[in-house]
Amino acid sequence: MPLSRLLACITALGFVASGQGAERVSIAAASDLVFCLEALHAEFIKAEPGTVMQVATGSSGNFHAQIRNGAPYDVFLSADLRYPRALITAGAADESSLTLYAIGRIVVWTLRPDLDLESLASIVRNPLVRRFAIANPDHAPYGLAAHQALEASGLLNEVRPRLVLGENISQTAQFVQTGNADAGIVAMSLVLAPALAGQGRWMELPADLHAPLEQGAVLTTRGAANPAARRYLEFLRSPAARAIFERYGFRLPAAP
Amino acid sequence: MTPEPASAFLGINYPLWQALWLTLKLAAITTVILGVLGLPLAHWLNTTRRRIAPVIETLVTLPIVLPPTVIGFYLLVAFSPEQSPGRWWLDTFGTTLAFSFTGLVIASVLYSLPFAVQPFQAALKSVPPELLDAGRALGATPLRTFLRIHLPLARRGVAAGLTLAFAHTLGEFGVVLMIGGSIPGETKVASIALYDEVQKLSYPSAHAFAALLLVVSFALLFIVTLLQRRAK
Repeated sequence: MPLSRLLACITALGFVASGQGAERVSIAAASDLVFCLEALHAEFIKAEPGTVMQVATGSSGNFHAQIRNGAPYDVFLSADLRYPRALITAGAADESSLTLYAIGRIVVWTLRPDLDLESLASIVRNPLVRRFAIANPDHAPYGLAAHQALEASGLLNEVRPRLVLGENISQTAQFVQTGNADAGIVAMSLVLAPALAGQGRWMELPADLHAPLEQGAVLTTRGAANPAARRYLEFLRSPAARAIFERYGFRLPAAP
Repeated sequence: MTPEPASAFLGINYPLWQALWLTLKLAAITTVILGVLGLPLAHWLNTTRRRIAPVIETLVTLPIVLPPTVIGFYLLVAFSPEQSPGRWWLDTFGTTLAFSFTGLVIASVLYSLPFAVQPFQAALKSVPPELLDAGRALGATPLRTFLRIHLPLARRGVAAGLTLAFAHTLGEFGVVLMIGGSIPGETKVASIALYDEVQKLSYPSAHAFAALLLVVSFALLFIVTLLQRRAK
């Protein structure tokens, strides 16, 4: 086969592999959604066959900074409302698209069988707990909620020397899961996910210990011009999507 | 959360200076360890005829090619008390390695190893063998020959290797992100502190800090370049 034809074949294969021509939605999602999104997107593809979903997960603060600086995402699924609102204020997102899609819950989670899960205090005060993991409260909403819960329980000063900070909530869970942290505060959506379900034990922390984790989605300026992205945002309000959020340990906002 | 700084010097607040100091400390300790371990290793690699030598040399070079996340992932697994290395460390020293300064030192030694050993090997090789033979002929032990003749003659290349190891450790990010846990004064090194500033959108202090790191890195590489040009 002549080289030029070979190259043409390779290029054609590349187009097929990347789904060229199909509609695509590029999503930046908070990492508490890392498992939930798989179920969610399987459902969305059923209704919109052939749509290519490109997903990046990380800390909401990081995506906020990236999108403000022109990162090529259509939809931003934040773990709070503050970052989507900040994007709107900065003119980098479409105000009319702002959607409250789920309300997060936090749990204290451990893989150690010898820890008493009676209360947050009984874990934090246990001398066996050398490292206690939360997400970085400076830029991860779940980290902020964990920080508030520890503060409201009067445990912050005691736990501070043993605190390790995950870059996002998924890394925080990974610190606990690998046993490098003895316990930690993570999203319920992570401990309920098939990949982690059944590992260790967890206890939900009362919602009144922290500001509500109202999770907002928004279309970026780029996404506002993408019809598939708009339909995706609509889909997040659908009963099918709400059922998935509920299954993954989120509370639901009032039905639209 | 970091408390608001009472004062800032050069537009850089206290936690950032603390992070820079921690980074310099990490780089200095790593460099000393690499000097002590790397010089004998480089000499051994240069002189041995063992079949295992090419394998060891490849292993030493590997961190140049490996994504830092590979090193970070393996270390995270190895450091866990669930695994035998981490278990052994916990039983022996009563602490865990992940999220600790000692853990970062171990990671940095691995990560910067080739940046020290390769210049060491080149520097040691560049010394004419006749001089070493002369030393031995006059009755010096191999150790004495190495310390009194070989090393002094190779000193510029050795200094370049040490400076590169120091500089490379300053630039460490991916490994620390995976095993550090961002603890102020313990594992929150300069690169991580800058990352956190950017994520918090504190651009003014991020700018000041990034500029400072740029100047420090330039100065270090400038020293290496001068040493290398004089060695020619």
